[in-house]
Amino acid sequence: MNTSVIVFPGSNCDLDVVHAISSALGTQADLVWHDDNELPQGTELVVLPGGFSYGDYLRCGAMAAKSPIIRAVIEHAGSGLPVLGICNGFQVLTETGLLPGALLANRTLSFICDFCHVRVERNDTPFTSLYRKGQVLRIPIAHYEGMYFLPGDELAKIETANRIVFRYCSPEGEVDDSFSPNGALNCIAGITNEAGNVLGMMPHPERASESILGSVDGLPLWQSLSRWLEGRNRS
Amino acid sequence: MKTDFRSAGLTASEYSAIRELLQREPNFAELRILGVMWSEHCSYKSTRRLLSLFPKDGEQVVQGPGENAGIVDAGDGWGIAFKVESHNHPSAVAPYQGAATGVGGIIRDILAMGARPAALMDGLCLGLKTSSRAAALADGIVKGIAGYGNAVGVPTIGGKTLYSECYNGNPLVNAMCLGTVKLDNIVSSRTALPGHLAVLIGSRTGRDGIAGAAFASSELSDDTRSSRPQVQIGDPFVEKLLIECCLEIHSKGLIVAMQDMGAAGITSSSSEIAAKSGTGIRIEADLVPLREKMEPWEIALSESQERMLLIAEPEHLDEIGSIAAKWQLECAAIGEVTDDGLFVMTSGGSTVVSLPAEMVGGGCPPVLWPSKRPSSETTLPDGGTGPLDSSVIRETLAAILRDPGISDKSAIYKQYDYMVQTGTVVPPGRSVSVFRVRQNGRLIGVTMEADPWKCSIDPFKGAAETFLKALRPLWLSGAAHLGMTNCLNYPSPENPENFWVLEESVKGLAAVAGDLSCPVVSGNVSLYNENPEGKIMPTPMVGVVGLFEKNLLPLEDQSASGREDIFLAGDLPGTLEGSLFARLTGNGVHEGRISYDPAKESSFMSRALETARGDLATCARPIAGGGLLTALSRICISSNMGLTLLLEPPEITPGLLFGEWGPRAVYLVPEGSLNGFLETWDGFPVKKIGFTGDSSLSIGDREILPVKKMQKCWRGE
Amino acid sequence: MNYLAKILVFPREGVLDTQGKAVGKALGRIGFSSVKDVKIGKYIQVNLEAKDEKEAETAAEEMCRELLVNDLVEDHSIRIERIVL
Repeated sequence: MNTSVIVFPGSNCDLDVVHAISSALGTQADLVWHDDNELPQGTELVVLPGGFSYGDYLRCGAMAAKSPIIRAVIEHAGSGLPVLGICNGFQVLTETGLLPGALLANRTLSFICDFCHVRVERNDTPFTSLYRKGQVLRIPIAHYEGMYFLPGDELAKIETANRIVFRYCSPEGEVDDSFSPNGALNCIAGITNEAGNVLGMMPHPERASESILGSVDGLPLWQSLSRWLEGRNRS
Repeated sequence: MKTDFRSAGLTASEYSAIRELLQREPNFAELRILGVMWSEHCSYKSTRRLLSLFPKDGEQVVQGPGENAGIVDAGDGWGIAFKVESHNHPSAVAPYQGAATGVGGIIRDILAMGARPAALMDGLCLGLKTSSRAAALADGIVKGIAGYGNAVGVPTIGGKTLYSECYNGNPLVNAMCLGTVKLDNIVSSRTALPGHLAVLIGSRTGRDGIAGAAFASSELSDDTRSSRPQVQIGDPFVEKLLIECCLEIHSKGLIVAMQDMGAAGITSSSSEIAAKSGTGIRIEADLVPLREKMEPWEIALSESQERMLLIAEPEHLDEIGSIAAKWQLECAAIGEVTDDGLFVMTSGGSTVVSLPAEMVGGGCPPVLWPSKRPSSETTLPDGGTGPLDSSVIRETLAAILRDPGISDKSAIYKQYDYMVQTGTVVPPGRSVSVFRVRQNGRLIGVTMEADPWKCSIDPFKGAAETFLKALRPLWLSGAAHLGMTNCLNYPSPENPENFWVLEESVKGLAAVAGDLSCPVVSGNVSLYNENPEGKIMPTPMVGVVGLFEKNLLPLEDQSASGREDIFLAGDLPGTLEGSLFARLTGNGVHEGRISYDPAKESSFMSRALETARGDLATCARPIAGGGLLTALSRICISSNMGLTLLLEPPEITPGLLFGEWGPRAVYLVPEGSLNGFLETWDGFPVKKIGFTGDSSLSIGDREILPVKKMQKCWRGE
Repeated sequence: MNYLAKILVFPREGVLDTQGKAVGKALGRIGFSSVKDVKIGKYIQVNLEAKDEKEAETAAEEMCRELLVNDLVEDHSIRIERIVL
């Protein structure tokens, strides 16, 4: 799997993603500087990692969304290849317009770092094919701005279009606002674009990819992507 | 212009020493510079002699005190650089920024060794939650640590938090950072040669915190508001860029020496490099990138954050500049290493400062404060103790679990990103924090401890016990200690009784360091922690780093699963004097004998390590604050399981249930390991005291508290 | 000529303003019972060159659209002032 992990000034989960992919799949990922205009030849997966791009000043992800590399990321997404935005990367994706909505301050008005539970709502995406639908994942979050927001009518539209991939839930899989750590509308923890090849998620799969870190529930995400890309290359 | 030396912060004898050394009158700028560099904060003039008592050598020590941080060997060619530093005074005045810049400063100390900052720990001594001012300070401090540490991408993996009224107006913020560095690639601050350039990288220089070091060397005045302009503002975004930039420059082999710019900014960083390298240095003030118009002496002393001083060969300047530009940082060659041994600053073509570098960067004459053992023995009333009935045990245990020092700290640590860098193996809230070195896969255990109450009773034994409280959990988890760092937080040394307490504490720490071969590799001193309302208790904060054997996972400290035997390793009764029990109940205030027994500690250490390495127990927990019953409660609370203690009435004393001090631990031992466990502990006091199971904590057939109730107390519900 | 664009950015109607809500509650708690609602936004001041006020305003509007404001969740207002040196 040829992966490009975009590094913005202030990204801090870039090396974690590289490490997770390498320990999960045994493949190396490239770090790509935000100032570059092109993705490395042959890039299959683009990851926008977590962190505090541009210090999270102004609005999380707003300045990163104006980086030169973003044009290439948008083109990449347009070609049908997968783009994954994790945490700050999700915020960048909403700011670029590749995904709808915005991530607002947690309703607790505090940074939250903790394991949480999310339910897999779709397993027909390149990112989730190796999960069961309804499977509950134990996976960390770490953010101040993670409350997913979209105005009511548009929210209804993405619900109808089945664009929600992960929702916060109880350890048993019950979805309810009381299990949402940040107050996200409809307990949304991750969504895709219409085509299903761009995923934004607040939880960190790279932090749940090794048993020594307390969870391997993020592993199938990398494995799903690798399998999906192999299938695509064969056909 | 003639300046009063006192307004520069110098004493009459220091001023005459300066005139004698220089054979002339210092000018205004020189006086200001020496005033700051000879302050307690920069010069350690009151404690240098004491600190020399610390044993600092060991085969695992790669770098001892004297550099920006100490380094110990973590195997396979990798080292751990670590240090703790205080930011008490700034945090008392501006809690968010004070704590934030404390984190930023200690990260740059680690970076200056060429290490990648990998983990943070925080020692916080906070005022009582019942004081609204103290609560506001505590909230600001935690948010400051979170705001900075999270954005800079270094996980806060643990620490120590305690509460006492004596910290209401004078909270202690001791930030510790650990970094990973390849042993053949360590950066030093003593390797500059004449002809090398001094390169400043990072933020522009402004008037932040001018003379902040002098501020940290005096008592807090009544009107802390007026001190505000001195507080620096941190920018974690720039710090993150600075880390990546310096590490990239270092990876290309372009750094000859490096020093972070903390207290006294350009002056301390450049004069220390020159003094340690045995060279001189000339700084041109006009070349320093500025945020605003400033006088040369202000430039020399500005404490603007997020700046590093690099010493580099002239032919590498362009490459360094282009790496800095990539990271959007200011980069300027601001001077040159010289061979005349002088710290020189020029501006507008003329020399404004010319002082021997040795005199600036390490020349303050030591101060020998008089020392006097406090005369009056404290005669606190003692309610006395005897066997306890179960209702008293129940109430006492509930009160202990609700005590802010014991209760759940997750409301604090969940505000910290403790998982970034995907190395956190044991998260905050446990007796040992553990992280993995990504480069070699080895696990590092870290602890932080302070126990000012015990130090108040007996500074020697209290400090020793503080150190041991940091060591024992490491041993129990299976980690062998490598080295120690400490922050000595004390009131004014000018009071002879205060100074005696400080001396005794240092001796206590030094004794443990020597007796158990845990060298002191770095540290920091913070004196004058007092304000008009009073002074703090003696508070040495100790951080210890330990290493796990290859492929060994840490032994659990809070999980029980199914029915297992509970063993107490160590003396049956602990000591009540200085315990949480005594503080809460007023009973047993003078009960028990305080002792420091290094042979016993050493014996405990080897057995604990053998138990963990031999996989002879499923859970081990040190008996510390709140005693045996508290340690057991913590296991019940997190594993949601009860236990029964098989104790006979004459044994059920406060000393057994709630006593502290000394090497004592509880173990959960599965049946299959019983023989091995008992063999390992043969020759050391060890006794089976009960078994796990059920849904309550009981003593014999009497229920003390249901687990559900313990959980509620501990979580403050 | 030099102008100051004084830009106020605040949460749109219908977007949960967690900060505003928290501050509103706090004001109520300390006795300001007259408080009905609090909104918290940010103030951005841009010093720019333009040939006249209109051009300054157009430029500021564009800055808001391109970067400074996310109109999904934020509203804004701009006031232009000429800097007299």
